[in-house]
Amino acid sequence: MTTATTGGPATRAVGTPHVRLEGRDKVTGAARYAADHPADGLAHGWIVPSTVARGRVRSLDDASALKMPGVLAVLHHGNASRLTEDFVGTFGPDATTQVFQHDRVPYLGWPVACVVAETPEQAREAAETLAVTYATEPHDVDFRPGHPGAYTPEEMAVGPACTEKGDVEAELAASDVVVDAHYSTAEEHHSPMEPHAAMARWDDGRLEVVDSTQGAYATARDLALLFGLDPASVHLRSEHVGGGFGCKAQVRPHLILAVMATTLLGRPVRVVLTRAQMFTLIGHRSPTAQRVRLGAGADGRLRALEHTALSATSTVREFIEPSAQYGRSMYDADGHRTVHSVVRLDVPTPTYMRAPGEAPGSFALECALDELAERCGLDPIALRARNEPAVGPVSGLPFAGRRLLDCFAEGARRFGWDGRDPRPGVRRDGRWLVGTGTAAATFFTGARPSTAAVTAHADGTFTARIAAADIGTGARTALTQLAADALEVTPGRVRVLIADSDFGDAWLAGGSMGTRSWGWAITLAARELRERLALGEDIPPDGLTVRSDTEQAVNSLAAYERHAYGAQFAEVAVDPGSGEIRVRRMLGVFAAGRIVNPLTARSQLTGGMIWGLSMALHEEAVRDTATGGLVNTDLAGYHIAAHADVPAVEADWIDDPDPDDPVGIKGIGEIGGVGSAAAIVNAVWHATGVRHRDLPIRPDRVVLMPRP
Amino acid sequence: MREFRYRRAADVADALALLEAEPEARPLGGGTNLVDLMKTGIERPALLVDLRDLPLDRITPTADGGLRVGATVTNSDLAAHPQVRLHFPALAQAVLAGASGQLRNMATVGGNLLQRTRCGYFTGAAAPCNKRLPGSGCAALTGEHHNHAVLGASPHCVAVHPSDMAVALAAFDAVVTYETPGGPGELPLAEFYLPVGSTPQLETALPPGALITGVVLPPAPVAAVSRYRKVRERASYAFAIGSLAAALDVRDGIVREVRLAFGAVASRPWRARQAERALTGQHADAVAFAAAADAELAAARPLPHNGYKLPLLRDLVVGVLTELAEEAAR
Repeated sequence: MTTATTGGPATRAVGTPHVRLEGRDKVTGAARYAADHPADGLAHGWIVPSTVARGRVRSLDDASALKMPGVLAVLHHGNASRLTEDFVGTFGPDATTQVFQHDRVPYLGWPVACVVAETPEQAREAAETLAVTYATEPHDVDFRPGHPGAYTPEEMAVGPACTEKGDVEAELAASDVVVDAHYSTAEEHHSPMEPHAAMARWDDGRLEVVDSTQGAYATARDLALLFGLDPASVHLRSEHVGGGFGCKAQVRPHLILAVMATTLLGRPVRVVLTRAQMFTLIGHRSPTAQRVRLGAGADGRLRALEHTALSATSTVREFIEPSAQYGRSMYDADGHRTVHSVVRLDVPTPTYMRAPGEAPGSFALECALDELAERCGLDPIALRARNEPAVGPVSGLPFAGRRLLDCFAEGARRFGWDGRDPRPGVRRDGRWLVGTGTAAATFFTGARPSTAAVTAHADGTFTARIAAADIGTGARTALTQLAADALEVTPGRVRVLIADSDFGDAWLAGGSMGTRSWGWAITLAARELRERLALGEDIPPDGLTVRSDTEQAVNSLAAYERHAYGAQFAEVAVDPGSGEIRVRRMLGVFAAGRIVNPLTARSQLTGGMIWGLSMALHEEAVRDTATGGLVNTDLAGYHIAAHADVPAVEADWIDDPDPDDPVGIKGIGEIGGVGSAAAIVNAVWHATGVRHRDLPIRPDRVVLMPRP
Repeated sequence: MREFRYRRAADVADALALLEAEPEARPLGGGTNLVDLMKTGIERPALLVDLRDLPLDRITPTADGGLRVGATVTNSDLAAHPQVRLHFPALAQAVLAGASGQLRNMATVGGNLLQRTRCGYFTGAAAPCNKRLPGSGCAALTGEHHNHAVLGASPHCVAVHPSDMAVALAAFDAVVTYETPGGPGELPLAEFYLPVGSTPQLETALPPGALITGVVLPPAPVAAVSRYRKVRERASYAFAIGSLAAALDVRDGIVREVRLAFGAVASRPWRARQAERALTGQHADAVAFAAAADAELAAARPLPHNGYKLPLLRDLVVGVLTELAEEAAR
């Protein structure tokens, strides 16, 4: 067979709805997650978390634990194998990997030992009864504005900590209207449904690992580096991942301990985190304390924009929640300043969490704009229209498309925004006060170099291989559609294999860059393969394979402000007597490039919007200052929206073509969660006349807030 | 997790014998609370005695027109029972306001009464808790306590009882029946839960070795016009931060009889007898309802972060009684 593409007309799989290819396997239980893989002679590790927030491990009675039934080993700082010091991984220096390398306890929940036993129950019993004593030191977990330990670094992981142009104070002084407001958000946790789990074993000199990770290649590379192994000797797979949201993007203790234990025992070892451990060992979103100062003329045109954001990090690793970066591309003013500061506390290290920075930052800035609109007597959408920048406010770069106002126009039409009575606190429905709110949304559009291989088989089918991750988003399905279109065949003839470190370097599922980065690599390889087949190239018995590497293409992208945009709308009902808030409907209209799979795209966008709902009304990890630990480390105590909280949530999109962009795909994993909390909070004001600036808006906050 | 044995009791006598023979045994109803506590090591039984085969899964009328509810009746069956819905609507509503459909399908009436507090210091192991470790102290007093008790607490414990069902049972003067190796007994719900005092680890007045066999609801015509309203921090699947079971009999605008019980305010369902007394014989209007609430809440001793419960409860009393008065007038 000389051409594989002549079987039928070219299809257009992209843009049409496709159910998840592995959906049936997932709902029937056939799909294996990291903790589901069997192995002969499997042993089980159980992590022992510290019970103090700061100090040193003084003693650890492993001798008693070793006498317990089934116990094979007790790993701790006194006997663990050495790891690479000063480890620098995919996301920079990361001392949180230095498990059992020292006796220091930097926060409550830090792993101090790992019991390995024949069964998980035996390991757990020995772990939970292991006697550990500590030399404790005074701790500080109290995050608060004005903390004396706060400092402003030069750089954050995602850019400069500060930007400044013009004279903010002078512009504020010259403004007709000034908004100066403090906002706070709570500590939030990813808590994906699937807990972190890893199984490791040595096989013929090669470390075989199954992990729950957002990036098989990056995790394997980092793991090899951490253990001082040849990268080629580490093989890591993560075929199915039950949610990630940023907490599965890096090497975590469960994986390190599985590798340590299997190396020690010479048999396969699995380590699975408990739900409670998910609240300490995998990162979280720091609480934030933000201040926004806006100055405007009477016409609402901004003269001053200042956004400062304080977050917390651990004593182990600096991570800064980049909340104030939101305004850097969104709104311009002659005086424009964004500042991040951070304070080191005796708490676990925070990390990237879905829409890092944008989620809390958009809450503060989009709520402040709502306050400004009220003061100026302007409709909130009109205020935003009046402040559309011509170029990037901080970068000065042109926009590669900015259809924000088109999103607002379409959203306003569908939501029924026109003719809205702007007065707050005047619509009643029984015991409920009803209001509506809106906010803008944006998320940057990036791409990272990736490699892919696409193989044509003699039977007319194709296999694409890429170390992508499907963390529940439908990535596998989207990549199949993209490959099919590039090959000009039906998706049924294409098999996409993902999540295997042997497939080569590829970006991970993060930063809303997965589908864009992977799709780019697959498309390049598939197109070249199709052209070669069209020219009559033969398919050898083991297939004809074309490899791609997008590094050059990604790095030669022209410099633009590249973003997705959205307009968020919400209607809420508030009972001021009981403090209950019910969101009645939400609408998000997005300009997010080419939508590959409308079915799963809609799920991602509405899922993000529901994250915003939970951020606005529910999510809050409560830290006890006396112990230093959280008091609600389960999903009964740590609330996210339940089904009954989720109203009619509608997400849709407008065309968002970018002829200069070789891919056209923008990320949609995060933008749904940007601005959605602000729209709800603004609607609460419209319902009640009360500005809530501290999230979540719990019933007690509603009940106690003075009514206007 | 401690290794444990599991036995399925054939009948009440068998269950009592199994429980008596093993001091570290626990009866197992639906397991929706006990199993969670076993996973976290707060409960470490040596033996589970499964009660599912006991003939206590029926709801039957009593001779005087009340209802007898067996201890192993599931929460779902209790809420769906026609006689419960007709004569004690607030009870059905209370049950349906709790947990999730899946949990209600498993959870039993007896287990619901005996469920433990969800205070984060009780369910987590890092902090002192007098319920979990008597004498260790109460971390909630000075810690996170925004959903803790405002009535009937002590410096030894400020946790609240999590049950919705028990709040409605308290309003309707339910009686808990039990069996012991020495014979049967019964406890009015008002005496079933012990005052906190200095022994918060002792939660009920059940004698040692007793097995709850059921709950008797005496006839209560007032209960036909009743309602349960629960305020929680999300629309479903959360414990109350304040709840109210209320029943009202109004004739010619005058309150003839009223039943009020609060949830999530104390270590037990809180029958609001002061409020009932204040309201009986008064005009059924918002002013009287608010005064009744205030009469009950005068004894409240809120902590620094749970004072919001007082206006919340007052609002609940006025709102629910207003609705019931309107319903009675129709």
